Amino acid sequence: MLDLTPKTIYERTALRINPCKTCQPVGALYAALGVHRCMPHSHGSQGCASYHRTFLSRHFKEPAIASTSSFTEGASVFGGGSNVKTAVKNVFDIYDPDIIAIHTTCLSETIGDDVNSYISDMDIPDGKLVVQASTPSYVGSHINGFFNMMCGFINYLTEKTGSPNGKTAVFPGFINPGDMRELKRLLSLMETPFTMFPDTSAVMDAPMTGKYEMYPAGGTTLAEIKALGDCSHIVALGRITSVEPAELMKKKFKVPYTLLPLPIGVAATDSFITTLSKLSMRDVPAEIEEQRGQLIDILLDSHPYTHEKTAAIYGDPDTVLGLAEFCLEMGMIPKYMITGTPKEEFTKQAQALFAKYGVEGCTAKANADLFELHQWIKNEPVDVLIGTSYGKAIAKAEDIPLVRAGFPILDRYVHSYLPLVGYVGAMRLAELITNALMDRQDRDCADEDLETVM
Amino acid sequence: MNERARMLDQYASRVYKNRKDHVLQLEDTPGVPEITANTRTVPGIITNRGCCYAGCKGVVVGPLKDCCVITHGPIGCGFYSWGTRRNKAAASEGGQNYIPYCFSTDMQESDIVFGGEKKLKAAIKEAVDIFHPKYIMICSTCPVGLIGDDVHAVARQAEEEYGITCVGFSCEGYKGVSQSAGHHIANNGLMKHIIGTGDKRPAGKYSLNILGEYNIGGDGWEEERILKRIGYDIISVFTGDGSVEAIQNAHTADLNLVMCHRSINYVAEMMKSKYGTDWLKVNFIGVGATIKSLRDIAKYFGDPDLMARTEEVIADELAAIGEDVEYYKNRLKGKRAGIFSGGSRSHHFQALLKDLGVETIIAGYEFAHRDDYEGRDVIPQIKEDADSKNIENLTIDADPELYKTRYSDEVMHALREQLPVDSYPGMIPDMKSGHIVVDDYNHVETEMLLKLYKPDIFFSGIKDKYIIQKSGVPSRQIHSYDYAGPYAGFKGAVNFARDITMSITVNAWGLIVPPWKSEPMLEGALTGGGE
Ligand code: SF4
Ligand code: SF4
Repeated sequence: MLDLTPKTIYERTALRINPCKTCQPVGALYAALGVHRCMPHSHGSQGCASYHRTFLSRHFKEPAIASTSSFTEGASVFGGGSNVKTAVKNVFDIYDPDIIAIHTTCLSETIGDDVNSYISDMDIPDGKLVVQASTPSYVGSHINGFFNMMCGFINYLTEKTGSPNGKTAVFPGFINPGDMRELKRLLSLMETPFTMFPDTSAVMDAPMTGKYEMYPAGGTTLAEIKALGDCSHIVALGRITSVEPAELMKKKFKVPYTLLPLPIGVAATDSFITTLSKLSMRDVPAEIEEQRGQLIDILLDSHPYTHEKTAAIYGDPDTVLGLAEFCLEMGMIPKYMITGTPKEEFTKQAQALFAKYGVEGCTAKANADLFELHQWIKNEPVDVLIGTSYGKAIAKAEDIPLVRAGFPILDRYVHSYLPLVGYVGAMRLAELITNALMDRQDRDCADEDLETVM
Repeated sequence: MNERARMLDQYASRVYKNRKDHVLQLEDTPGVPEITANTRTVPGIITNRGCCYAGCKGVVVGPLKDCCVITHGPIGCGFYSWGTRRNKAAASEGGQNYIPYCFSTDMQESDIVFGGEKKLKAAIKEAVDIFHPKYIMICSTCPVGLIGDDVHAVARQAEEEYGITCVGFSCEGYKGVSQSAGHHIANNGLMKHIIGTGDKRPAGKYSLNILGEYNIGGDGWEEERILKRIGYDIISVFTGDGSVEAIQNAHTADLNLVMCHRSINYVAEMMKSKYGTDWLKVNFIGVGATIKSLRDIAKYFGDPDLMARTEEVIADELAAIGEDVEYYKNRLKGKRAGIFSGGSRSHHFQALLKDLGVETIIAGYEFAHRDDYEGRDVIPQIKEDADSKNIENLTIDADPELYKTRYSDEVMHALREQLPVDSYPGMIPDMKSGHIVVDDYNHVETEMLLKLYKPDIFFSGIKDKYIIQKSGVPSRQIHSYDYAGPYAGFKGAVNFARDITMSITVNAWGLIVPPWKSEPMLEGALTGGGE
């Protein structure tokens, strides 16, 4: 497996090998799926939409709908205006969404299509809406696409009426529907009135009823997005993923925000809960305290198996930061942390973590790829890999256990239903990581050392 | 209203006008009805089609294991076509296997503004320095064509500079109307730069190439196993578990077998013109189809020993699977299926389903052409439109040294009567009155078909798998085999039968409705008060 990867590290400037990121539109598509009765629309050739839908379906094991402008060579040369206008007409006609969220692809971006002005020329049926976001694939990553689409909705829909609605807006970051459910549970327990945007729960984890619904029950409603400007505060989760929409909201509507890390692990969840407690001026209920206590109990019980174990963590920037901090809380060392997303904020945050926990000899790199990570591991191995499915070849090649966490996970089931965030999510992560390490010990030990009680 | 009319009835007139000729309901009339295919998708329709790049890199070039395939473009396209098509490959002895790697130039904004050739050249240098590949292929994505990067010039330069084979493919996503354009471009590139450049002679008495076999789930390996048992020498496979090294010698084979007609018929045709190599349409999906294909191949060579050996192998393979097939047949008999694939699979799998007593009542393709539906006889009638004119059609002359024909015109004439030599009758003739054929099928039409026909199982791709399943119909991915397989040949038929029986009968189907919704609840209240 990966036999051609040499140990000698070669400084590459042009060739990306085994990427740890993908392109903007897939993030934009995911964000749009988190809006109720929304049809994501890909402005470009149908190949992009096909790849993006395929990819999301493979991660969530759910339908991921999206329409496309279906460019051919003509549209690529003369502009995609007529394609997108026809497309919008047809989409409202045939699929009857309440809103169409258009994102661009590298094709329409390169020819410089002005989707904004196309929209103003469109015949949009009464009561229906069209929004757009520019998501060129040669800038940033799918993370940019996710927050750019959030900004697209805000730019087009959000208003400030002047009468505050007393709600807290929660920007959850690029996480699974299971995570969103857990955040909502915590918000309810904290008695915080909220709008979560976007919200893919009950869309990308909809139940089986025997009847297919093109627009399942979930998703942030248009009324809620409109009213974001009347929210009293924003809790933006994911320092990298959620900062731009939060800034936009502050600039446009003067809604203040608190930027927090993704609530993965104890400290990050603590900050989330503390913030909510301050905002809602409510004490943290016993149920949450109990779960936190259970989590700490678990960490203390299991620490002999995690203490000073080293991990290589890779994936989306905020997810990797969250996983790394939780590893540190378990006494582990996040020896390598990479993200493909080119955001230097990632390395800054990682360095801050290393300093906070006093660990040395760890490397964090943004705009990196899995080939590079593999080369580091070849030179100095780790005890466990934590990240997406794309690391499985390294895991096999180097015989290192892999704990799947983040996006995308294409080769396992159930993961997207169960949270990694919050204290409950951390319990699950603790179980996954500790079990991987303990399974490893069982597998590798001599017969006479095999323990029934551990 | 028949089913077709009801399906189309949901459209407003402008969409109706476009879609009506892509949807056929077969009738009991002589001759093969005409279908519209390989035209633009209606903008806004949730189509299942992909793009030209997906056809070139994803289908044809990507599975070549001994070359480093660099996607020139932003990161997405390369990323999505990395390890997602299940074209299995194992390194040959001492050879390189690049299949687990994804190479991309990951173009950034400055490359789009100032041109990406510099970055591509640097990427090639880095690939050469790190991997020392013998072959490099460059596949272009959308922006590359628009900004005018000349990948062919870069490839030529790399060949000179590094003494390797380097081929560029202008397979920008927007070309043509679907993946199909990419197949054609890939075929042209292989024909121009690879096929015929090797000089290894066949070792066996009868040698074959298998064209249009991508080794999904190991299908190609199963086919090779059977063919080798009979005694054939397999020169190359295009391109599942394929290698440039082998394909270079493809012109030395005695006969080309064509599996996926859509993706590779160009190579078969071009090799016929250049080297005189005949091609035979085969199908190794299905027990009956495999037997027929094996007999056809032997008949083509006309050697009595070969025919006898073929029968021996068939008898032996059949004996090994007979009981299993009977078992599943009993469980599946009378079921009805729908199948939508990219290209040829919708036809291929009908044969296997029939073996198992399952009737295919709905079938269609994502990106086939009329000849895949109606047979190659219609090719002269197909009108070229602007989109297909953009794809280069190579003019191929006979190679003065290598062109040879096996048989005289009379013998060929006689053979053609009995065998599908250089011909393909298409899918429609194998379907029956009442059955539905849909070209460039889409989301709403799939939903309608499920409602109208209520098939027992529906084969499609990942994009609609969960739509179908959520509608209460068992669904299996026919592009990727739902990560199982092989489904080809004799053993493959059993795998397939087992897998679809499993999907239809899994107990969870009976659990969808909770008991409190189907049983009277009164009883519970009564017992609650008892004793
Ligand atoms: S990188 Fe561009 S062309 Fe490729 S899939 Fe993404 S948006 Fe489409
Ligand atoms: S069967 Fe279809 S998907 Fe497969 S290679 Fe042929 S055309 Fe492509």
